[in-house]
Amino acid sequence: MTEPATIVKCLVWDLDNTLWRGTLLEDGEVTLPAPVEKLIAELDSRGILQSVASKNDHDQAWERLEALGVAEYFLLPRIGWGPKSDAVREIAAELGFALGTIAFIDDQPAERAEVRFHLPEVRTYSPEQLPGLAALPEFSPPTVTVDAGRRRQMYRAGFQRKSAEAEFTGPSEDFLRSLGLVMRIQRATEEELSRVEELTLRTSQMNATGVHYSIAALRTLLADPRHEVLVTTLTDRFGPHGAVGLQLLEKHGRVWHLKLLATSCRVVSFGAGSVILGWLVGEASRAGVHLIADFRRTERNRMMEIAYRLAGFTGEACECRAGLAPPREPGVERLHLLPEPHDPPPTMELHAPRLAQGPPDGSP
Amino acid sequence: MSAEQAITAEGIEREIAGFVAGRVNAEVPADQDLFASGLVSSMFAMELVVHLEQAFAVQILGDDLKRDNFRTVRAMTALVLRLRDAEQPADD
Repeated sequence: MTEPATIVKCLVWDLDNTLWRGTLLEDGEVTLPAPVEKLIAELDSRGILQSVASKNDHDQAWERLEALGVAEYFLLPRIGWGPKSDAVREIAAELGFALGTIAFIDDQPAERAEVRFHLPEVRTYSPEQLPGLAALPEFSPPTVTVDAGRRRQMYRAGFQRKSAEAEFTGPSEDFLRSLGLVMRIQRATEEELSRVEELTLRTSQMNATGVHYSIAALRTLLADPRHEVLVTTLTDRFGPHGAVGLQLLEKHGRVWHLKLLATSCRVVSFGAGSVILGWLVGEASRAGVHLIADFRRTERNRMMEIAYRLAGFTGEACECRAGLAPPREPGVERLHLLPEPHDPPPTMELHAPRLAQGPPDGSP
Repeated sequence: MSAEQAITAEGIEREIAGFVAGRVNAEVPADQDLFASGLVSSMFAMELVVHLEQAFAVQILGDDLKRDNFRTVRAMTALVLRLRDAEQPADD
C-alpha cells in the first residue's frame, strides 16, 4: 500500500515509565530522559500538539511536569483515574480533531488495548518505539511553516478565548471589542510565502475563487510591480492567530482587480473578511479606481459571497470591465464596486500599507 | 415559531425584530436604519442573512444580498415575503 500516512495532529502521552522513568506515586522520584525531552520539543516545532492521559494524582503529576520544565508543551492534560479511552476521546473532541489523527503512547499493553478497543482509529505506540518515532511518516508533516511552530500557542489562546466568550454576556460586537483584536495587512515577503501557501491549502471554505496559487506562482507575482500579494495576520489579548488572510490584487490604470481573497475559517466569526474588504475599498477610493473581484461559488464559500455583496459588490455593468482579460477558470463571476471612502473597522485595530500611489486626480 | 405564523407579514416582522432585539439588547422599531444607527455591522449582517434563510426556508442569492435589503426590519420582512412568494408561485 502506498497511501500516504495520515499525519498525527496530537500525540497523547502516558506519564509513568513512558514519558518519564519511574512511577511517581511509588518511587517519589522520576527522571525525564534527555532524548524524550528532545522528542517533545521536536514534535512541537513540527506543529504536532501533545497532551497527557495518565492515571495519577493530578496535582502531584502536573507539579512534576512543571518541575521537569515540559508542562507548557501539553494541552488539555487528563490526569486522573478514569479510563484512558475516555481521556483520549475528550482530548480529540476538545481539539476538534478526528480520532484518526490522534496517537497514544503507553507502556502498558492493557492500556493500549483498552484505547484501541473503544477507539479503533487511534494509533497506539509503546515506549520501545520512542527512539524512531520522529522518523515515522505519520509524525513527519510535508511542510513545516512559520505557524506550525506556534500551533500550540494558537490552540492554547483559542481555549482561553472560548472560555472568555462563554463568560461574556452582551452583544457579540462588544465581546469582539473586548478581545483587543489587532489586524496587520502586509505585503508578502519570501519568508511569509510558506504561510501563504498553507493558507490557500487549508482554507477552502473561505477561498473566493477556489483557485490554488502555488508558492512558485506567488513568488513570480511578488516581483511584478502590477501585482500586490498581501498577507493578513491577526492577534488578540490571548495571543496570535497567525496568518489568517491572503489577497492577490492586480492594479490596472482605472481598476484594481482582486483575483483572490482567502481567509482562515478560524477567524470568520471575527468578521476578518469584511474588515479586509473594507480596507481595500477605502484604498481603491483613495486611488480613484474601480474595484473588480473574482468570485466562483463553491459548496463552502458562501460566507465570502455574503461578505462581498454586503460590502457593496454587484453584478452591474461597467465599462471598466472591458480592460480585463477574460477569466481563465470557468464559472468565475466578476463582481464590481465603485469605491467610496471607508471608515476604520469598529471592532479591531488595523495596520495596513498604503496601496494608492498618490491622491486621486479627480477624474473617475 | 410555527409555520402559520411565518406566512403573515406581521409574523415575519415580529420574528426578525425579536432576533435583532436579542442581539443588540434593545427594542428596534421596524423602520429604524440599523446600519446608520450603528446597531448592525457587516458581521452581524452576515448573521442576519444566515438567520433569515434558516428561519424562513428561503435562499438569498446574488443581488438580493445588497445592504439595502437588510437596512431595516421592514426591508428584511419585504425581502422574505418576496422570496417566499417566488418559491411557491401557484401553490396557494
